[in-house]
Amino acid sequence: MTTRSPLRIEPTTPPDESPPMRPSDPLPALPPPKPDPATVPDPVISARSLCVWYGSSMALKNVDIDIPRHKITALIGPSGCGKSTLLRCFNRMNDLIPGARMEGTIKFEGIELADPSIDAVALRRRVGMVFQKPNPFPKSIYQNVAWGARINGYKGDMDELVEKSLRRAALWEEVRGKLHKSGLDLSGGQQQRLCIARTLAVEPEIILMDEPCSALDPIATAKVEDLMDELKEDYTIVIVTHNMQQARRTSDMTACLMLDEAAVQGGHRTGVIAEFSPTEKLFTNPSDPRTEAYITGRIG
Amino acid sequence: MNLPVPSGSVERPRWPAPSRFRRYQGPVMLSLLAICALVTVLTTIGIVAVLGLETIHFFRESHVSLPAFVFGTEVDPPKFGIFPLIWGTVMVAAGASLIALPIGLLSALYLSEYAPRRVRAVLKPALELLAGIPTIVYGFLALVLVTPLLKACFEPLGLKVDSYNALSACVVVGVMIIPMVSSLSEDVLSAVPRSLREAAYGLGATKFEVSTRIVLPAGLSGVAASFILAISRAVGETMAVVLAAGRMPNVTANPLRSVETMTAYIVAITGGDASYGTPKYLSLFAVGMTLFVMTLGLNILSGLILRRFREVYN
Amino acid sequence: MSVVESDNYEPERRARRLAGPLFGAACLLATLTGVVVLSVVLGAVAAAALGHGSQHPWYAIGPNAWKLGRFLVSLTQKFSEDAGFRAGVYGSLWLLALTVLFAVPTGVGAAVFLEEFTPPGRLRRAIQMNIANLAGVPSIVYGILGLALFVRAFGFESFALGRSLWAGALTLALLVLPVIVLATQEALRSVPSSLRHAALALGASRWETVRDHVLPMAVPGILTGTILAVSRAIGETAPVLMVGAAGSIDWIPNGPGDRYTALPVEIYNYAKEPGVEFQSVAAGGILLLLVILLTMNSIAIVIRNKYRVPTR
Repeated sequence: MTTRSPLRIEPTTPPDESPPMRPSDPLPALPPPKPDPATVPDPVISARSLCVWYGSSMALKNVDIDIPRHKITALIGPSGCGKSTLLRCFNRMNDLIPGARMEGTIKFEGIELADPSIDAVALRRRVGMVFQKPNPFPKSIYQNVAWGARINGYKGDMDELVEKSLRRAALWEEVRGKLHKSGLDLSGGQQQRLCIARTLAVEPEIILMDEPCSALDPIATAKVEDLMDELKEDYTIVIVTHNMQQARRTSDMTACLMLDEAAVQGGHRTGVIAEFSPTEKLFTNPSDPRTEAYITGRIG
Repeated sequence: MNLPVPSGSVERPRWPAPSRFRRYQGPVMLSLLAICALVTVLTTIGIVAVLGLETIHFFRESHVSLPAFVFGTEVDPPKFGIFPLIWGTVMVAAGASLIALPIGLLSALYLSEYAPRRVRAVLKPALELLAGIPTIVYGFLALVLVTPLLKACFEPLGLKVDSYNALSACVVVGVMIIPMVSSLSEDVLSAVPRSLREAAYGLGATKFEVSTRIVLPAGLSGVAASFILAISRAVGETMAVVLAAGRMPNVTANPLRSVETMTAYIVAITGGDASYGTPKYLSLFAVGMTLFVMTLGLNILSGLILRRFREVYN
Repeated sequence: MSVVESDNYEPERRARRLAGPLFGAACLLATLTGVVVLSVVLGAVAAAALGHGSQHPWYAIGPNAWKLGRFLVSLTQKFSEDAGFRAGVYGSLWLLALTVLFAVPTGVGAAVFLEEFTPPGRLRRAIQMNIANLAGVPSIVYGILGLALFVRAFGFESFALGRSLWAGALTLALLVLPVIVLATQEALRSVPSSLRHAALALGASRWETVRDHVLPMAVPGILTGTILAVSRAIGETAPVLMVGAAGSIDWIPNGPGDRYTALPVEIYNYAKEPGVEFQSVAAGGILLLLVILLTMNSIAIVIRNKYRVPTR
């Protein structure tokens, strides 16, 4: 419950004063505890020995992952292996699930995300999220985009921001005349781009996408994928997908999650990272046998 | 997509640290909301405290022992034996249940198993309207409609019908709680999983057999819970009973005689001339306590049964 | 393809074929009692209120329809010929306004607290059970509570509100509070959680999410529940009777500190009177009350049907 935890307002100055994507940003002094197969220079998020618990059952075990800056990272793996759980660690959305807790370290720009006392509300402005099903607010298109910026105290011209965000989400041309119509009147694909525009309007540094295309038709999917490709110039994107082709098409790095065999024997569903490599390597020359089995369709 | 901004750096305006207003609005509102929730808890505490303290006060003032209070048959001061009131209450509630439970249950079965969607869409709101009729109206009907009818039916047979009588109270209270029984039971029956019904139909059962042998047994505990809740409502019913059953604390099995319920007694004390602090005045709290304990017991029982039912099907 | 007969099975065809429709018909009849009762109620009350007396048939109510207006306007109570319910109608409207003022913010607040801010656990279960039990407490017990708490303030004269509108409204507010809480919770639960997640993911606090998205979307449901609850309160007789609405009061309250009477209490007062004439006055009051309540209930049902949970 974020509102009731002692509000510790994070130091807002360094990342906010300057463009946060300078390569010279001070890195958290974090010696990697073990050599990582995929060496990622200058990661935005870096998790070490991350475990996630739901009550007494472990959902993720010993996850080590570095999310590279301004790249698209895909999380793939069979159902229930904890892809979404991992994604939701990055903006603390797991807080909404009673009994969920994190162990280990997970650093974002020097902030320890596993620390329960950090201000998750302020964090989520910087780490935006797009959901599986398009979920526009039952308000006008304009309000959908402007709301997040307004509550975050945006100091600038709102109309301009709305237009810029909608342009950026490749939706402007389709909605420019009807900004005051309800967001629910749009088609599914448009709704999802509206949700992306809404996220862009609060100018996050990272955009998390939880199977953003699973509810869309192929044409809408293609549009969203093109959009992701454009957005990665300015944003870091992490996407969970069931669609291996999509992961291969869009991403630079891919993490393949698997259920932990030992845990399955014990009747639990615990996810582990089987492999984390550049996408091309993971799909052409996987080093983990489980990954190979999964991408060739033997585990599903 | 051509963007006005040079690629590689989005122009980032300042995102100020949350204003003081924003920072404090949440916690302040949260405490206000918590106070609202506290009011509901305080209401319960208030009821228990008021009834409890004044009941103790009553027993101290009137020197009546608890058994004499519950089992005594003389209501008037200084005896304060409320057995006739309990008797009257139970009699009205039992009679009302005899009317309401079967009709309510059949109607629930119709709504959940038989009614076409369109019919249901009309009948459900109609039942709700019925539930919205104030109890004073039912009391009035008992007086001007039910009792004269009863007189017309029974007096030719040589049975004397009091102008205030238990039977008319049973009838109107029974009719009054039908919507409650039927809507609560219907919720429960609708919650019985479709798969059960389909399995039975798949074996060649008729609709009658599915309704009575599958759906009803499966929902039985829930239906029982709704029955108990309705009985509790009948026990606590006031105005219809005051106007229909009268004010004669009789212990009788004859439904054509007048009886007095606990609720009628309470109303009579408040409207009467007993002054504050006298044992007679305080007795209203003791009777209120008895009523509260009875209805609370029934409600808790119903809640427990309903929780068991939900655990089975969710 | 015909069904193959087998000697091993002997379905009692006729009994089974007969039982089904018979049972269905019985169920339908049972359901229709509701409709029948509704018509009997309205018919009997209308006949009693507007009837011409014994020498005319009961349905000859047309010529007396003008009496309805008189019931609404007249203040006096002494004679059945010109008695009316103006004082009661005013009293009930005052009660309605004050009850809404107290009960709706508190009820909605409590529901939001429980549904949006309390994690499932022992605290939530305890409060929830408490509210469910409060909803089942007979109205007359609230009358007793109001009598001791608001009218007398346990004997502390300076805090006592006396038999004023304040005391009546506070009592009714406590009475409808659990109903409003339960209805609001229901409405909040029907708001899809994806909406909350969307708002939270943009960096909104929980309160901002509730204020800007969840509450606006739950408004129709809250409105329906509130109207139903409040209309129940307006029809209540016993609690107001206990906290001091007196049938003998024939003036209009000037403010919430005044003594008052309420429509159902006046009806009760007339219904108690011996004599057919006053019963016809009581019936007139019931007609007024039913018109008010059925209108409120219908509005509530219309709102609910119009804004059924939006499905996407």
